[in-house]
This record gives sequence, structure tokens and C-alpha cells, in this order.
Amino acid sequence: MKKYICDLTVADAIRLHQRCILLKLTRDEILPPMKCGQFTEVRIDATPSVLLRRPISIHRIDKEKNELWLLVQTVGGGTQHLAQLRKGDLLNVMLPLGNGFTLPDTPCQTLLVGGGVGVAPLLQLGVDLKGLGCHSTFLLGARTANDVLQVKEFEQVGDVYVTTEDGSMGEQGFVTQHSLLKRKEVFDKIYCCGPKPMMMAVTRYAHEHGVWCEVSLENRMACGVGACLCCVEKTKEGHRCVCTDGPVFNINDLTWLI
Amino acid sequence: MADLSVRIGDLSLKNPVMVASGTFGYGVEYADFIDLGRLGGIVVKGTTIAPREGNPYPRMAETPMGMLNAVGIQNKGARHFAEKIYPVIKDIDTNMIVNVSGSDIESYVAAANVINELEKIPAIELNISCPNVRQGGMAFGVSPKAAAEVVEAVRKAYRKTLIVKLSPNVTDIASIAKAVEYAGADSVSLINTLLGMAIDAETRKPLLSTVTGGMSGPAVKPVALRMVWQVAQAVKIPVIGMGGITTATDAVEFLLAGATAVEIGTANFVDPTTSVRVVDGIADYLQRHNMKSVNELIGGLVI
Repeated sequence: MKKYICDLTVADAIRLHQRCILLKLTRDEILPPMKCGQFTEVRIDATPSVLLRRPISIHRIDKEKNELWLLVQTVGGGTQHLAQLRKGDLLNVMLPLGNGFTLPDTPCQTLLVGGGVGVAPLLQLGVDLKGLGCHSTFLLGARTANDVLQVKEFEQVGDVYVTTEDGSMGEQGFVTQHSLLKRKEVFDKIYCCGPKPMMMAVTRYAHEHGVWCEVSLENRMACGVGACLCCVEKTKEGHRCVCTDGPVFNINDLTWLI
Repeated sequence: MADLSVRIGDLSLKNPVMVASGTFGYGVEYADFIDLGRLGGIVVKGTTIAPREGNPYPRMAETPMGMLNAVGIQNKGARHFAEKIYPVIKDIDTNMIVNVSGSDIESYVAAANVINELEKIPAIELNISCPNVRQGGMAFGVSPKAAAEVVEAVRKAYRKTLIVKLSPNVTDIASIAKAVEYAGADSVSLINTLLGMAIDAETRKPLLSTVTGGMSGPAVKPVALRMVWQVAQAVKIPVIGMGGITTATDAVEFLLAGATAVEIGTANFVDPTTSVRVVDGIADYLQRHNMKSVNELIGGLVI
């Protein structure tokens, strides 16, 4: 897919909680074609400690409103700057980058597992799966009820189950401990994005149950276009760039459990 | 419009702006963002005779106004380059220059021999300054004698323009530059990255798998500028300056310090259009200062 570098306008900046903001971006021209699971590299231009762009997942593509949604959790100086953006501000973005999720050819049962802000790419994926006639179950993990993001949006495209580490919402524990996974429900495909330990646990579950599974990695990145080779993940074919060979990988290509 | 063309050995550059090895892939990665034909040259990713997997992740850490990398010259080898990559990039309308690295003199020569056969590669940049490989690399670039030995050996094998990329991790960079000039280099490019380190205080762990890595970005510019000036005083061959260039003004400063051309590196990650903006900005500068050619700028520092 052709990549673009462009200035987008903040149509809305909604604070979801203390450390998380939903940015809705737009421009007069129609936004370039994008796919679920792809990402953007957002320019920061803030303090001397933040030089590089920040890779941010595509959360939602609203074609009717010509909006691109990004879900941003503040973890450092770069994302803190993004969290201060206000309606009307301009943001320079490179997009769309990387490969998206692999969508099924025929309607099936899909399980979408997200942890923390890692739920971001699963919303557009859920929308696309619903459009294909799939039945999606979301399993969202977070530290506390406050950190569970966009539940209402997810409920519009599938069934939603939650785990929190402190038990303040849904079941207490990690996503892989949820009772849903102990039932005899059959999922044809699993998609997962979140902290690496969570993705590894989900990968183990998928391997044990023989379920097809894709994970979306978030390795530390510089260029975003396969030029610098900084974001590599070790795969069965050697080091591969998360930015251009991923960010979505089939678990059979990774060496995590070998 | 002023004449932007410069010469490096037998090489004609349409303008003095190139992009640095390891920051621009093989050029094609950026073809959606800029017209590659507007650049003076593209120095492609470091290439060795044998394939290299590079260092383990994590390989990159951001630092104030810069970054550290420890990629370790991941590449599929010179023959893979010649067979699979060269056919794709050979017709890009600029000087496609291959950065060549090795672990001993024989492997440098072997890689240079493979690249020598490629008609549309008019030059190599010999990397004797990579801080991220255990053997070879920077070991050659920190001693005048070792630097001269590898350059002399490659000079015998390689018939086109030979640029030698120097390490800033030395006491006296001018003495290294003079040694490689004497050994037959057509040009020197500098600086490669500065050896650095970053720590996560919370986890008490280094941010790079290799503990140390190479620092680049705007933070290194004053060091780079000083070294380019020192080297330009010491040698007669053209100097290619790099280190933290982000704007046309930065590039003009390097030219004034004595560089004949410049390379843009880390800035490509921040803004993929940096290099063409620098080309335009140099043209504007020449017009504002009523200069007919960029050559009037080179070494024009007023002290």
C-alpha cells in the first residue's frame, strides 16, 4: 500500500481517563486507504528528550466522518505531548504503515484479546470482522476498572468480557485466567495485542488448543518503514522488522515457545 | 538558480546532499515520500561478504536530541545484494553507493570485489568505524596503521570511487584521515556514531542488548562539525560531513567547515522529506548570498 506523510487536524481529543486520550483526526481531503492492524508514525516536536516519531496503532477508521482514531496512553514525554493536543491542532503523521490483520475468508468465531492500551487495533478489526459476518468475542484485560478502555465501542461489534488485576471490573486476574477460556467454546481464530507477557500467554493457549492466532507486536521503533532495522523480532526466518514484516505476526512464525 | 553540483573523486553529484547508510534502507523504502532522483546520492545499508543477523533486540534507545543504535550491520550478504537488491535499485536516478563492512582485511576485500562488478554502483563507502560489531569494524578505524592497511588492500581490489567512513571514537581523527588518504582513499566521510550508553534506572538494566551502542542525531552535531573542520584542514581529498544534520542551515555549516558534500542520517526518521528540504534550502541560501555555485561555500569559514 502506498504510504503518505501528511498533516491531520485534531477533530476531537477526548480524555478517557487520567492516562489515556482518544484522538480523532481528520482533514479536508479524503484520508488515504488504511487497514485494521496497520499503524501510524506520529511526529512529536515537543521537548529535546523526544526526537523520534511515536508508532501508534490505528484504532478506528470512520469513513463516514473521514476520521482516523488513535488511542494514546501516556507512558513518557512523547505520549504526554500527544495527550495535550486540543481540537484544531495539527499532527504530522506517516501512514498507513505495516501489514494489517489477516481477515478470514468465511464467517467464523473469533476471539479478540487485548491488554491495556493494546486493545487499540482490535476495534477496527472487530468492525471489519462484523462486516464479514464473523461473531467476535472480546476479552479485555487491564490493571483496574479505570484502565478498561472503549467498552461501549467494543460492545457494538461483539460480546465483551473483562479481567482486571484488582478485580474492580469483570473477573480478577489475567486474561488467560478468564473462565471463558475454560468453557468448551470453540474459537476458529484468535487475534491478540497487548503487553508481551500477555501475548505470550495467549500464544501458549492457542498452541495448546491448536487455534490459528495472530499477535500484533509493539517493539521499540525508529523509522517505521524498514530502513533502520531497530525494531526486529526473532522469527523462524531470523530477525524481521516489526514495522514492515509486522506488526502482525502469525504465532507459527515466531520463536516464542520453541 | 545556482549550480549545486559537486565532485567526489570521479563521482559527480547533482547536489551535495546524500543520505547516510543505515538510515535509508536501500532507498526504495522512502520512494513513497520523496523523489529519490533529487538526491545527490544514497548510501545504502552496510553490506558484508557473509550474511549477518545483527545484534539481539533491543537495538535502539532514544536519548535527548538523539538516539543510540546497536543494529550490528544486519544484512543478507554482498552476493544477495548483487543478485536480489541491485536489480531493483540500479536505475534510481542518483549515485547509489554501497557501504561495505568486514571483520578482517580479507572479508572487506571480498565484499568490495563483489560490489566492484556492479556497473551502476559508482562508489563504495568503506565502513571502518561501526561501533556495534565485535570483530573488525571500529577496530580498524581507531588506529592509523590498521586503517591504512585495510584501505590499501581494498584500494588494490576496488577500481571506482573509494570513500572511507571514519570513527569519531579516536583521540586524533585527522591522523586517521591522513593515513587513509595516503593509502589511496578518494574521499573520507565522517562522523560515524559516537560510542554511548543508556540505562533504565527503574529496572537497573541497559536499554540496549549490547549495553553500548552508537549515538547519532542533533546532539552530536557540534562534535561532528569540529571533526569535519579538523579533517578538512588535514587532507586534500574531499570530505563528506555528517552528524546531526536536520536543516539546510546545518548542512551549510558543514560545507563552510570544509565538507564537499553532506549525508543526512537520523533526521530521515523524524521527517522522511528532510533530505529534499535540505537541497532546496541550500539553493535558497546560495541565492540569498548571491553565490553562483555551492563550491563557493566549501571551506568558506571566516575566522
